[in-house]
Amino acid sequence: MSQPFRTEKGGRIDRSQQLTFTFDGEEMQGHQGDTLASALLANGVHLVGRSFKYHRPRGILTAGSEEPNALVGVYRNGDQTPNLRATQVELYQGLEAISQNRFPSLGFDVGAVNDRLSMFFPAGFYYKTFMWPKSFWDKVYEPVIRAAAGLGKPPKNPDHDHYGNLYAHCDVLVAGSGPAGLAAALAAAETGAKVLLCDEQAEFGGSLLTEANATIDGKAPADWVADAVAKLQAMDNVTLLSRTTAFGYFAHNYIALVERVTEHLPTPDPKLPRERLWQVRAKEVVIAAGSIERPMVFPENDRPGILLAEAGRTYLNRYGVKVGHKVVVATACDTAWQAAFDLADHGVEVAAIVEMRETPPESLMSIAKARGIRVEAGCIVTGTLGRKRIKSALLGRLMTSGQVASGGQVDCDALLMSGGWTPTVSLYSQSRGKVVWDADKGAYVPGKSVQKERSVGAAKGLYGLQATLEDGYAAGEEAAKAATGKSATITYATATGGEAGDGGTLGALPHDRNASRVKAFVDYQNDVTAKDVKLAVREGMQSIEHIKRYTTTGMATDQGRLSNMNALQIASGALERPMTDVGLTTFRLPYTPTTFGVFAGVARGDFFDPVRKTPSHDWVVDNGGVFEDVGQWKRTWYFPKNGEDMHAAVARECKTVRDSVGLFDASTLGKIEVVGPDSAEFLERMYTNPWKKLAPGRCRYGLLLNDAGFITDDGVIGRLAEDRFHVTTTTGGAPSVFATMEDYLQTEWPDLDVWITSTTEQYAVAAVQGPKAREVIAPFIEGVDLSNDAFPHMSVREATFCGVPCRLFRISFTGELGFEINVPRRHGKMMWETLAKEIEKHSGTTYGTETMHVLRAEKGYIIVGQDTDGTVTPQDAGMTWAIGKKKFDFVGKRGLERPDLVADNRKQFVGLLTKDPKVKLEEGAQITTAETPATGTPAEGHVTSSYYSPALDRSIALAVVKNGHALDGKTLYVPMPEGSIPVEVTGTVFYDKEGARINV
Amino acid sequence: MLLVYCPYCGVSRPETEFSCRGEAHIARPADPSQTSDEDWVNFLYMRSNSKGVYVERWRHIHGCGRFFNAVRNTVSDEFLKFYKTGEPMPDLEELAKEAGK
Amino acid sequence: MKRYSFLELAKNAFSAHQNWGRQWRSPEPKTEYDVVIVGAGGHGLATAYYLAKEHGVRNVAVIEKGWLGGGNTGRNTTIVRSNYLWEESAALYNHAIGLWQGLSQELNYNVMYSARGVMMLAHTVHDVQVAQRHIHANRLAGVQNEWLTPEKAKEYCPPLNISKNIRYPVMGAALQRVGGTARHDAVAWGYARGADDLGVDIIQNCAVTGIRRGQDGAVEGVETSKGFIKAKKIGVVAAGHTSTVMDMAGVRMPLESFPLQALVSEPVKPAFPCVVMSNTIHAYISQSDKGELVIGAGTDQFISYSQTGGIHISNHTIDAICELFPHFRRMRMLRNWGGIVDVTPDRSPILSKTPVAGLYVNCGWGTGGFKATPGSGHVFAHTIAKDEPNPINAPFTIDRFRTGRLIDEAAAAAVAH
Repeated sequence: MSQPFRTEKGGRIDRSQQLTFTFDGEEMQGHQGDTLASALLANGVHLVGRSFKYHRPRGILTAGSEEPNALVGVYRNGDQTPNLRATQVELYQGLEAISQNRFPSLGFDVGAVNDRLSMFFPAGFYYKTFMWPKSFWDKVYEPVIRAAAGLGKPPKNPDHDHYGNLYAHCDVLVAGSGPAGLAAALAAAETGAKVLLCDEQAEFGGSLLTEANATIDGKAPADWVADAVAKLQAMDNVTLLSRTTAFGYFAHNYIALVERVTEHLPTPDPKLPRERLWQVRAKEVVIAAGSIERPMVFPENDRPGILLAEAGRTYLNRYGVKVGHKVVVATACDTAWQAAFDLADHGVEVAAIVEMRETPPESLMSIAKARGIRVEAGCIVTGTLGRKRIKSALLGRLMTSGQVASGGQVDCDALLMSGGWTPTVSLYSQSRGKVVWDADKGAYVPGKSVQKERSVGAAKGLYGLQATLEDGYAAGEEAAKAATGKSATITYATATGGEAGDGGTLGALPHDRNASRVKAFVDYQNDVTAKDVKLAVREGMQSIEHIKRYTTTGMATDQGRLSNMNALQIASGALERPMTDVGLTTFRLPYTPTTFGVFAGVARGDFFDPVRKTPSHDWVVDNGGVFEDVGQWKRTWYFPKNGEDMHAAVARECKTVRDSVGLFDASTLGKIEVVGPDSAEFLERMYTNPWKKLAPGRCRYGLLLNDAGFITDDGVIGRLAEDRFHVTTTTGGAPSVFATMEDYLQTEWPDLDVWITSTTEQYAVAAVQGPKAREVIAPFIEGVDLSNDAFPHMSVREATFCGVPCRLFRISFTGELGFEINVPRRHGKMMWETLAKEIEKHSGTTYGTETMHVLRAEKGYIIVGQDTDGTVTPQDAGMTWAIGKKKFDFVGKRGLERPDLVADNRKQFVGLLTKDPKVKLEEGAQITTAETPATGTPAEGHVTSSYYSPALDRSIALAVVKNGHALDGKTLYVPMPEGSIPVEVTGTVFYDKEGARINV
Repeated sequence: MLLVYCPYCGVSRPETEFSCRGEAHIARPADPSQTSDEDWVNFLYMRSNSKGVYVERWRHIHGCGRFFNAVRNTVSDEFLKFYKTGEPMPDLEELAKEAGK
Repeated sequence: MKRYSFLELAKNAFSAHQNWGRQWRSPEPKTEYDVVIVGAGGHGLATAYYLAKEHGVRNVAVIEKGWLGGGNTGRNTTIVRSNYLWEESAALYNHAIGLWQGLSQELNYNVMYSARGVMMLAHTVHDVQVAQRHIHANRLAGVQNEWLTPEKAKEYCPPLNISKNIRYPVMGAALQRVGGTARHDAVAWGYARGADDLGVDIIQNCAVTGIRRGQDGAVEGVETSKGFIKAKKIGVVAAGHTSTVMDMAGVRMPLESFPLQALVSEPVKPAFPCVVMSNTIHAYISQSDKGELVIGAGTDQFISYSQTGGIHISNHTIDAICELFPHFRRMRMLRNWGGIVDVTPDRSPILSKTPVAGLYVNCGWGTGGFKATPGSGHVFAHTIAKDEPNPINAPFTIDRFRTGRLIDEAAAAAVAH
């Protein structure tokens, strides 16, 4: 028979819609509205997984997101997602699920041998062994341990789905839609406040969807929920998000939610994201996260067929599924009795209610009696039988002595248990609130609010339908008032039934079994037993954090929501200290495991990081140029022609620039406009060089230090007018130089009358370099006499290029005659294409960053960040000429006077020539005085730049070397794995040492 | 994602619109050449790194671009005050007392 | 101390593990010690252990405000490597690697040092230059580090995406094979057990509230929540809280404490064989023996002692992970937490005497202190016992910030052109 454990009628499933799904390849049926867990139970399947360490058979324990056992892998379109909770996976037609952590099959798992050998694997056993022989840990032991550990298998393919991201603001965010949450949302919405209500489940209503024995405003709870949701839906000021978990509570009331958009659909619309991140800034938050039931810690409390009582009731009332045909209910509190009554009312045989309390409430006793249910008061379960499914429960009678007497055996095919209730304080704890122990409730409850939030209902240990509703309404009103100042008259709904229950127990139950042989689980998923917790204490662990880390209790995927309180109680008993002295572990985000894709969102592929392109970009693509990433910029690296490799292309580009002319896109260089009467004074203070005497129309190389005295940036600065400078920076340094200038200007020298503006993106810059540079630009430039006399090296003019206003610099980073033309960016493409065409007439070339590097290295020009590394001073770099000697102050001046910066033995910037001109050094290679230095010999320095120089037809290199300036002509060595390379120390200028070519 | 108030723009905006620039009220010595190595290292690197009430500099980098100061409790990350550059440092004890209320 | 071994484990199995002794005691403080260490993290406990073991200084107390190993020791991503650029750093971290290799046996506690290799990715020409410089410097210094092409990198780490079509393609990687991971808690516990066995008192839940100095300026002891404890030598090993503790002795520090986040995924079967780091796109990942992907995120931009951080920081790390390992996109984050890291201006630690006689400080490890734990404790114990640094930590003074003799690991990777 299909679905033998389905009830005749009732529940919220749609019985008219039959769905087919598979579990471990076996085909089964369920209904629309089922979770995978409820559908499996309807088919009588309890065994769904194997535990982490002992590989014990495990069944479905809960009906919620705290499920520790029923973790499955779900396949869709070849993508597998591991570790999904069957209790949260909504059933759809064709769903394919597999069990995990078993080999070869769920029924027969060789890993189960661990259970037999468990006496050798107590908590922390791995710290005490696997140490011999020394080399065996990562070669032998660790691989075996790693293969045995882990739950599901990781996904095999790149994820094809996409993920969304939304930002939202609201007055009141309500997390959870049980009675308290719904009431809070209704009340807040009524005041006109902007309300966002989210719930992790597919349907709103929380516990009300399970509640069958109460009314609200005379309606069945589920009907009242439907009306309330309809009312909220109709309001413009309310956003309702189901399948949405509030998983993170950050500073300043910033809440992260994850919405599962398509995972429940058989054929998702590919346009929709699989999941979506909501980042919500809420003025007020109402935490209505409810509470979860605690397992009872008795021997063999982990067999398939053992569930929490309320879960059994949920499967019955909400999903129309009976967890068994013959059920034992073990409890220490009132609420579980209702599960027994509901089951009995559906014709399930309740074999016994095993009540820990000696005298349960008379009201419950009489209902049980009326239904003919056997009640064993003052009794507990001391063990269970049945390997893959519970067959019977062993009972024990609590004696006044504290001992347990055998109470016989009861056959059953399912056992429901309840150790009482634990408020869900995860979000409160994430908000950095400190929970407080409430002795009356036997629970930790939220203490003082640290952020603008309030917990309501069961989340703060308040139970009973009427009380919860009232609390919710009041909190909703208060939150709205606090957020908006507005209030309204709210009519509270009234409820009957759903009374709060008494009772509950914490920690391990006593038993009459052989303590050394039985296992009573505290943390199901991580296989932590009561014995493990006691062992940790015996070994000196006193803080709950140590106990947690040593035993791994509370570190499973439910973050200890089921296990923490029991573990605390056991630890407290073993330590003989009150529970409140043992401490409490911190709940971390996320509330439930959250997909990485949700965090990454749209930041993938091209959207991973913005791409910054220069105006020549498309032209370069069309002409086969190769790009390199420099920060976010795409810069052209080189332009291979006719199948050239990089070396050949660069050699040709270099030669062409020196022989005729080259065109280079310099748009990425940082540009800052410095304007105002005190501009020169400002630059005087920022840069090492003097600026006051620089005439308008002239340029100067500027060197920038930090106040520690080290070089941080450089660039050419042109004076356009008395009160206006055009500053250039390195590409990578542009943002930080600008920020540093703003910093000094605004906070140290607010007296200066200067404005600075970043203009990097405002200009497109073309560098035309080479002997024919003047001829190339002349046809397009108007307004400047380009002759060497009228417009010498290191000059700047405002002119036009093809009629477009431009700033024309005569500067050179190649050692050749050179110009840099700045036009407004929108004209950059026109400028580039015009010049690219023009250089062809002169047999010129476009060139990229690599050629630029070679040409400047031939001239010994430094590149900040390559030849310097944040530890280099101007003196080290041989640039004392750049320091204004008479200046009162500049950034870095005082730093330069510090003891180590003026000490001997500093590494100084030099040139290196290999004795064999064909040998090119590797950049970063170390330099020593000894030809074959012993390991550990301190290096004299390192190679900062190294190239083949087409102009010299040999290799050249730049380096920093200790006292290098005094070593001219000396031989040093660059030790390499293949042997030492002898080098001669030289000056840094290799080509055109007189600098004649620049002044033509 | 902190919520930061810019006293120039008069608005609160998410932290990513701002750049935090370290401890406030550390003035660069007026005459560096007359400053000892000890005082220079104090200016360069020595920081109170306070646990509790702390004064720091922020810049509204993706807004008005201005620097301003904020008083923040570095344990709770709660801001106690924002004020413009150049305004005197507020009485931190007083602020802490008020926040503790 | 009862030695741990497989035999001992088996023997105890037959007595239901009832006879294991305490790994360490929980003593009340004595009135006086020769040395008081402030902070029972890995570095502090290792310092105490080596003081007792190698210098015969056994009258030592380690004072801890919370629980031992509860700070950054228990919160980091457990990466161990030594391929630092500067000779000074490489020597310090390589000293630690040497100790890591025999640490389980030394402590008779399995710290699970797993030399599975640390691979540092290069994504730009500049990254390649920096990586090559490290490799050359490391070779001369005797530190293992080698260059891998993208294809070789993928061979070593099969999940790595070496497609040319991602935003920042992998251009190669520097691999240190002796790098890897270790079990962070076990390191703290192993040192605690070892130190305790040698007579060191580890005093938990005891906050230091003051440092008392005598007429001559030298330290006399610490005020604590359990009363005054006399000591002629005090070693401060308080990580993120160093500024606060040093302030008690009137010493201002060049430190700022930032929140640093880390996170783990749900556990899965073996999927990731080594450690991969990318400084350029901020991704740090390995897989624990339990099966969780362990991922390091960045620091927030402001100082904080909150042990939490902004979501945009973890978002930024996870998007990088998902680009490099696109099939992890469907994995799920299990837990995200924060530590407090104390950062110096040159990103190198301070292991030093201080201007106050009898006061020593070990701090400034920033985001990477775990890997140095054994080496740091070893040389710091030397510094305290002899009142002068070991040659290995001699360069790591506070005074270097005054003189300008920085050991700048951050600047060496500076952004170029």
